[in-house]
Parts: sequence; structure tokens; C-alpha cells
Amino acid sequence: MNIRRFILIAVPYAWLLALFLIPFIIVFKISLSDLALSIPPYSPTAKDGISAMFKAFDLENFIFLASDDLYWRAYLSSLKIALISTILAVLVGYPMAYGMARAPEEWRPTLMMLVILPFWTSFLIRVYAWVGILSNEGLLNQFLLWLGIIDAPLTIMNTTTAVYIGIVYTYLPFMILPIYAALDRLDESLIEAAEDLGCSRLKAFWLVTIPLSRNGIIAGCFLVFIPALGEFVIPSLLGGSGTLMIGKVLFEEFFNNRDWPVASAVAVILLLILIVPIVLFQRNQQRQAEVES
Amino acid sequence: MSQPVFAPWDDPNEKPLIRFDDVTKRFGDFVAIDNLSLSIYESEFFALLGPSGCGKTTMMRMLAGFENPSAGKIELAGKNIAGVPPNKRAVNMMFQSYALFPHLSIWENIAFGLKRGDMTKADIAVRVEEMLKLTRLTKFAKRKPHQISGGQRQRVALARALAKAPKLLLLDEPLGALDKKLRQDTQFELMDIQESTGTTFVIVTHDQEEAMTVASRVAVMDEGQIIQVATPDRIYEAPNSVYVADFIGDVNIISGTVKAAGDEMYHLDWVANEAPLLAASDRTFSESQPAHLAIRPEKIAISVDKPTEMKNAVQGTVLDIAYLGNLSTYHVQLGGGQVIKAQTANTRRLSRRTITWEDSVWISWSATAGVLLER
Ligand SMILES: Nc1ncnc2c1ncn2[C@@H]1O[C@H](COP(=O)(O)OP(=O)(O)OP(=O)(O)O)[C@@H](O)[C@H]1O
Ligand SMILES: [Mg+2]
Repeated sequence: MNIRRFILIAVPYAWLLALFLIPFIIVFKISLSDLALSIPPYSPTAKDGISAMFKAFDLENFIFLASDDLYWRAYLSSLKIALISTILAVLVGYPMAYGMARAPEEWRPTLMMLVILPFWTSFLIRVYAWVGILSNEGLLNQFLLWLGIIDAPLTIMNTTTAVYIGIVYTYLPFMILPIYAALDRLDESLIEAAEDLGCSRLKAFWLVTIPLSRNGIIAGCFLVFIPALGEFVIPSLLGGSGTLMIGKVLFEEFFNNRDWPVASAVAVILLLILIVPIVLFQRNQQRQAEVES
Repeated sequence: MSQPVFAPWDDPNEKPLIRFDDVTKRFGDFVAIDNLSLSIYESEFFALLGPSGCGKTTMMRMLAGFENPSAGKIELAGKNIAGVPPNKRAVNMMFQSYALFPHLSIWENIAFGLKRGDMTKADIAVRVEEMLKLTRLTKFAKRKPHQISGGQRQRVALARALAKAPKLLLLDEPLGALDKKLRQDTQFELMDIQESTGTTFVIVTHDQEEAMTVASRVAVMDEGQIIQVATPDRIYEAPNSVYVADFIGDVNIISGTVKAAGDEMYHLDWVANEAPLLAASDRTFSESQPAHLAIRPEKIAISVDKPTEMKNAVQGTVLDIAYLGNLSTYHVQLGGGQVIKAQTANTRRLSRRTITWEDSVWISWSATAGVLLER
């Protein structure tokens, strides 16, 4: 009995250990090393002997990150972009989730499919598609010119606006699904009770529907905010050189500068920043589970 | 000193507060309310009684404004209320599922409706405390609905609906989850509230005893139609059909065909080798018309010797005795196989009871004890 329990618990922990903790320790180790012209491009390594390796570790890379304002500007800019994208995703996602939850029962699986459908094609291709839509000669500009709303193409491509569009588009399903789940569970008679007690439709929505879908909104926000913070593909493809995001900086350090130690330090800091929302997210999920039980 | 009897339904000049006028409600092809007409008067305590799925909740929902009739109209105080949204109706409903707001405390749940009006904070607090005390929930004011028991939740729902002191209060099975003692107390409280506020109550219940206790009038429904509307004693003593007689309380039904037997008197032929039964009826029956005699068990006497003064007496054997404390019900099997229930009050101690299982006994009743029914 106890062995079974032990195995049940050990398997997921072993999984986490192998796929998360060990890579993290490796990255952390590299972040404490120095750049070197060798393979791998850093020193010391375990080949130098364990004790020599530990002696050579230092926090030089982290000090460097703190001293160069490029990095903390990139972190701040990422936080800002992730935050604004999350707010935009709520504003776009909530009405969609609400519409889905209110749609006739037989439509809901179809609507759900439509939300999930984009995941069936490659993320990269979908982001490239936005280049075709947003560029100066893109579909959007041509359409607006054809309608006569504008007489010169709008510059959307390679601006932060394009990044917001890309992030909101990509992560919208993560916002819609938890909100939809919360709204779907919501008992219709609660709205009726609120109306019966003197609320207008709008007031009932504000006083009952919104508070009761709050956990869905919070979950959705975290699910958008966390990946958006470290986002790399969208800012590099849609944001151009003007958009500073830490994911892009990390990529460049790693592949363009081949500075693995600094890149690792950037990743470690990013992870530390992300731990706060991840812990808060877990708490929210746990609280919700408690209320439901 | 005689008090004036409260019977606005007998007064042709009285205007009803609620009037259902040929109301039909369909859900797709399904007819939930079938061409129903009904008047409910101000200050009434009106009970809707009927089997599950007969349309009681649907009627409530139409009054509260969540459903509109498919045909016909509903008037509240003389005005057609079709299209008036629920928040604009002076009607509050206690939901069958309670519909308590899970994110609000008990206190806030009760205050919810009050906050929508123009009451001051202090007045709201006073009113909520009053409601909490009335429903004995003061101790639980700070808890959330999922932290209290089913019966307590029901009381919160009741308190929340009562708090706004509406003109019309709709209670959909308000006391179903309460234990007997609390239920009786709450029934009397409801009646007190009703008397002191003059609010009109419409209550749905599955419990006929409850309907009899609280209601000024009872409507017995079946399949979207009202079978009979009358005061509790009329419903009990003079049901208009076997359905109503059977639905309200215990009843013996003896079926047969009638023969006239004098002024408002009929003989019922019921089995071949027994004498016909004599029954008084102010309804007229034609010769040989099929009819049913409904007799309440407590109107049937049971004795060892053949009674001499009773018009109807039949012999049988005791099949079963159900001892209910204050009462005993004897199940007596007659020669033809039919089982008749006879009830007597246990005024004597059990040990001195003279009738026991397998005894041959006589059951008897007077000509006016039963009601003769066509259907
Ligand atoms: N929204 C709806 N759509 C379709 N059918 C419905 C709907 N609401 C009610 N009905 C049907 O109408 C009938 C009456 O329902 P209603 O809820 O009024 O019953 P009830 O008398 O309150 O029953 P109970 O005593 O079980 O609460 C039922 O057969 C039910 O299935
Ligand atoms: Mg019902």
C-alpha cells in the first residue's frame, strides 16, 4: 500500500525533476560561469574537476545585467507589454466567452472547436500570416484603402501595436477557455434571482456574473501573462527592432552573441520574475478547488 | 362577536390581485400550462398543489416575469404584466433551488434586494437583522452559503425574498428541507407575517398537510390544468373529482353505478352480492351512471357487532392495523376483495383494544359521510 503511494507520488516528481529542475540547475550553473572560446562556450566545466569548478563560480553575469540598462529596460518593457496584452485579452476574450456560454447548447461544441482550431496549425505560420495582414501592402491596409477609410497605408508592422495584436491573437484561447468554464458553470437562476430582487440586466451582470467568473478571469490572465512575458517569436517577427522584449534579448545573447553565461543569467532572472505570478496562479486554482468541494 | 369571514373570492365586487386569463404556456411542442384561468385576491395565502411536473413552477415564473405566456394574459392589480421585466415587478420569488449568491455572505444575500432600493445603510442593517432573527440565522450571518446546511440555506432564501416586503411573494416549496418542528414553526411564522403585512402569498408545496395549514385557498393542479380551487375544508370535504380526493389526504374510493333513492339520495351498486350503498349528493346523477364514492377513513366506524343505526354497514376481516400513536388505521378486507381503510382515535390504551388481526368486523358510515363523484 505504502509502496504504491510512494510510486504514485514519485512518478510525477521524477518527471518534474528530470524535465524542470535538472535543466534549471544546468542553466543556473552556466549563468555562474564565464564566457570562453571553447566547446561548450563557457568555463569552468566539470572537466576541470568539481572543486575547481565550484571555486570558479561567481555572480559576474548578474552584476553585468544590473549594470547595463539594456537588460532592465527589456524586463520592464516585457512586463508592460505582457500586462497590456493581458488586459486587452480580457477585454476581447470575456465577451467571446460570454457569448459562447449563452449560445444554444447545440452550438457550443462548434464554437469551442473554433476557439481551439488555430492550435492545429503551426504557431510560426500563424504569426507569419499576420505579417501578410499587417504590412504596408498587407490585406488590412489594402482593404481599408479600398473602402476609402484611409488614403495612405497605416504603419502597423514593426510597431508595438503589431506585437499587441500578435500576442492577444495567439493567447486569446487561454483567456477564453477558463472564463468560458466559469460562465458555463454559473447557475442561470442566480441571474434571475438578482433580477427578481431589483437588478437590471446590466446590474445583475456586474453584481453576479462578473464576481462569479472572477476565478476564470484570474486564471486566464495568468495563462496569458506568463507566456507573454517571455515571448520571443512575436516581437521578433512583428515588432521589428523598435520593440524591446526580454525573450528577444535572450535569443540574441544566446545565438547571435553566443554568450551562454549572460543568456543563462537573463533566463534565471526571467524565471524568478515569473515565479511570483505562477505561485499566485496556483493559489487561485487551489482556492477555487476548495470553494467547489 | 362574529368576525367577518375572509372570503373575497365569494364577493363579485372584489377585484382580484392576480388574474390568469386563459393562459397557455408551451415549451416547444410541450404544453406546460393548458388554457388556465385563475383569480387570486389581495392578502390571500394561496397554495398550489400538484404532482411533480404539473406546471407549478412555470406558473410562478410567469408571475415573477421569467416566462411569458404563449397565449392568454396575466393581470397584476388589473394591469397586463406581459413584458414587464422582473426587476420592475413588485413581486419577489423564493426559488425552488434557493439561488443563493455563492460569493456573498448570508448577511449580504439578505441585504441584496434591499440595496437595490433607496433604503439607507442603517435601515438596511436593521431590516437584515430582523430577517435573520425571524429565520433564526443570526449566528450564521457571516458565513457563505456553502458553509451552512440545506435547511439553513432554505431559510436564507426565504429571508431574502421576505426582506423587501413585496406586494406579492412567491414561494416555491419554501419548507421542503426543514424538519417537522421547524417546518411547523415556520408555517406559523409565515402566517403571522402574512397577517401582519397583508402581503399576498402564493406557495407551492408537495405537502398537502402544509397547504391545508397555511392556505386560505388551495388549487389542485394536474398536467397544466387546475382541477379544483377551494378553501382547504371544501377541498377536503367536497372534492370535485376522484383525483382531488385522492391527492388530498387518505381516501377510500368505491366505484359502481347509481340509482336514485329519493331527494338528493342515491344508491350505489358496487358488488353483486352486497346491498347497495346509500349516499347523499347535491349533484344530480342520471340512472345507471357510473360513479365513485369517496369516503375518508376517519368517517368510517369499525365495530365487532353489526351496528344498527348506520345506513351503510359492510362486513370484512381485519388485514392490517397501522398504529400511528394518536390514531389507528384498520385495513379491512371486504368479501369482494376490496380493502377499506377505517380510522379511529386511540382514546383508550392499546391493551384494551378489542379488535385485532383476522377478526371479523363491521365497518359502517352514514349516508352523508362520503361524496359521490362522477369522475
Ligand atoms: N424551459 C423549459 N423547457 C422545456 N420544458 C420545460 C421548461 N420548464 C419546464 N418545462 C416542463 O414543463 C413542465 C412543468 O414544469 P414545472 O417546473 O412547472 O413543474 P413543477 O410543477 O414545478 O414540478 P416540481 O414539483 O417537480 O417542481 C415539466 O414537464 C417540465 O419538464
Ligand atoms: Mg417546481
